[in-house]
Amino acid sequence: MSVTSDAAAIRPFKVETSEADLKDMHARIMHTRWPEKETVADDTQGPTLATMQALAQYWAHDYDWYRCEARMNQYPGYLTEIDGLDFHFLHIKSKHENARPIVICHGWPGSIIEQLKLIEPLTDPTAHGGTAEDAFHVVIPSMPGYGYSGKPTEKGWGPDRIARAYGELMNRLGYDRYLAQGGDWGAIVVDLMGAQEVPGLVGIHTNMAGVVPAEIDNLFQRNVIGAADALHNLPAGLSDEERATCEQLDFTWKHVAYALQMGSRPQTLTGLADSPIFLASWLLDHDPRSMALISRSFAGVPEGLTRDDVLDNVTHFWLTNTGVSAGRLYAENAYSFFGVKGVKLPVAVSVFPDELYQAPKSWAEKAYPNLVHYNKLPKGGHFAAWEQPGYLVDEIRTGLRSVR
Amino acid sequence: MTATAERAALRPFRIEIPDAALADLRARILHTRWPERETVDDESQGPRLATVQELARYWAEEYDWRRCEARLNTYPGYLTEIDGLDIHFLHVRSQHEDALPIVLCHGWPGSVVALLKVIEPLTEPAAHGGRAEDAFHVVVPSMPGYGFSGKPAAPGWGPDHVGRAWAELMQRLGYDRYVAQGGDWGAIVVDLMAAQEVPGLAGIHTNMACVVPAEIDRLFQQNVVGAADALRHLPAGLSEEERAACAQLDFTWKHVTYALQQGSRPQTLTGLADSPVFLAAWLIDLEAKGLALISRAFAGGEEPLTRDDVLDNVTLFWLTNTGVSAARMYAENSFSFFGVKGVRLPVAVSVFPDELYLAPRSWAEQGYPNLVHYHRLPAGGHFPAWEQPASYVDEVRTGLRSLR
Repeated sequence: MSVTSDAAAIRPFKVETSEADLKDMHARIMHTRWPEKETVADDTQGPTLATMQALAQYWAHDYDWYRCEARMNQYPGYLTEIDGLDFHFLHIKSKHENARPIVICHGWPGSIIEQLKLIEPLTDPTAHGGTAEDAFHVVIPSMPGYGYSGKPTEKGWGPDRIARAYGELMNRLGYDRYLAQGGDWGAIVVDLMGAQEVPGLVGIHTNMAGVVPAEIDNLFQRNVIGAADALHNLPAGLSDEERATCEQLDFTWKHVAYALQMGSRPQTLTGLADSPIFLASWLLDHDPRSMALISRSFAGVPEGLTRDDVLDNVTHFWLTNTGVSAGRLYAENAYSFFGVKGVKLPVAVSVFPDELYQAPKSWAEKAYPNLVHYNKLPKGGHFAAWEQPGYLVDEIRTGLRSVR
Repeated sequence: MTATAERAALRPFRIEIPDAALADLRARILHTRWPERETVDDESQGPRLATVQELARYWAEEYDWRRCEARLNTYPGYLTEIDGLDIHFLHVRSQHEDALPIVLCHGWPGSVVALLKVIEPLTEPAAHGGRAEDAFHVVVPSMPGYGFSGKPAAPGWGPDHVGRAWAELMQRLGYDRYVAQGGDWGAIVVDLMAAQEVPGLAGIHTNMACVVPAEIDRLFQQNVVGAADALRHLPAGLSEEERAACAQLDFTWKHVTYALQQGSRPQTLTGLADSPVFLAAWLIDLEAKGLALISRAFAGGEEPLTRDDVLDNVTLFWLTNTGVSAARMYAENSFSFFGVKGVRLPVAVSVFPDELYLAPRSWAEQGYPNLVHYHRLPAGGHFPAWEQPASYVDEVRTGLRSLR
């Protein structure tokens, strides 16, 4: 076997966390030195001290990583080297012959854990409210620097390259016709798979549509600290729906400091490797709506996400020591988060009400000339696969039904 | 004594850190879990892993906090309550009775430690290359949330409030005519003391002049993520010197993510309380030139700033657990960092060549209509009292001479 085919080999991989790593994590949580309480009565300064202390309490005393590990290991996991880097992925084939292959792309601060709830409904639809025609062969890779994938040691792994790597992964698995789905960075990755028309890709489903018109995108990018007074300088002729979206974009772009920090100085965030509680608070504080959702679960109001859901993901980041390496994706990125990427392939769009912004149909139609599905959901936010898997599964089935 | 008088009392304060706190610090440094190395061969992703590891080694094995503590305790230290908050300050009177009182205002990530080198030259000029008539009575307060000052438990301590508190402090010390000096936040504080014409203030010296014209200030504030393409949209008619300042502002505004993070989500930075190495990395990730200076010190270079200088400051933040409380200053602020604040009182300006931006004389004359001194120095950066104390002392003496 040549060196090349060695590297391209698909090697089975099981998650096996050492007791020592878990003990060390536990000791660190127990020895956390805390800052003082926030100076406000809400979570506008970030996750509140009380939330983080409740999280720490549960994490140290009640949480069981081995449950999560066992759950991940139920699914066939593999490593394969693409473009010089090991990619970890789960690959679950449907029993249905005509199932369609789909690669499901997580974002930040997501991971394969965020997608686990989708696997059975997608691969085995007849047991989960669907028909055999709804079946998918599911591939869930971890991005470079995330989870059990390798950590890049040099620059160059932006979302466009990840997109090409996922195309290669699907081809390597023998799929010459497949679909792609994503939210957050995953949405940017699937858009860029679409825009680059990676071999074999026939269409995408996104739950964070990249459709903001260039002029408006630029306006909000200039408004990170409010200096462009964006809402008073919107272009004329926007519909009510588009104006509402602009208000969401205004809010979102004023709450991206975490993204800018990771984009400019990821290495400074050494505490993500050293302090489990800092890692947890950093990962919780994605956007205010998601944070509220996640925080509620530690305040005793589970809604979509359980405490275990949240800590499975945080613990996964901790045990793989990927806080900084995952943050680097922001430094690698050269694309607008929400701008149009130039996708001509078929696109299905699902709009969840607590998403960073609700893509109006008018924008989706312009940005995705081959829009095959557009639906606004009654419930759910930025991490749809994690918190509203039922809706997302429905959307993937329905949205991609015409793309075969 | 009435309750009010009790609160206004000046209570002597000595720093006495328990051994246990130092042992805990050392244990945490030794148990640091590290991220992987940066993916670049420079400091563009933040302080390099090798730099921070060398800092950690020196901190755990060689650094002696007791030396710094003893040095701080050689100066008379006090606490007094102002507006409900304990303010810590050093108060060092000159032997010259008619010396000019001055309040020295530190910034972030500064502290009283960054101002210690200038106390003796300012109070006893004859012994330090000056003349008796250059003498100052020196007051060095710690900002709210910094060092041994109290931590605000509610919002409201922006730099304008800090400015008023410093004036109250000077009055309480019996100084009814005094001057103020500052850099970084301290520069904003002294500008706001002057703009508010706090009682007794005769004039200010700044080593970070806030004189950027409103139109240009707004342009760079819109360019945090580069979306305003600012350098191509400068107003017409700028001088070479003004254009050079704009190029520096462009760079500076693209490297303020730490400020935006602290301004929007200070509570999320819990790791500043929990991980000494993260605190150190966060505090040394200054503007590029400051970081380069500090990095060289840990690489064994002969630098004006020593390893002990750097670690004295970081250790003070650690032992007082003020990483998060200090960061909140950014959340409290509603003023432009570098914009004109409306000062009518006399102002002396010193421009150090490695400052965030070099204030052109033309802008200084417009921003400070009563400009009594303007000088460009040959060496030094954002923390001149710390790294170029002799030049700083010269500038304070010369710049404020006409206000005696």
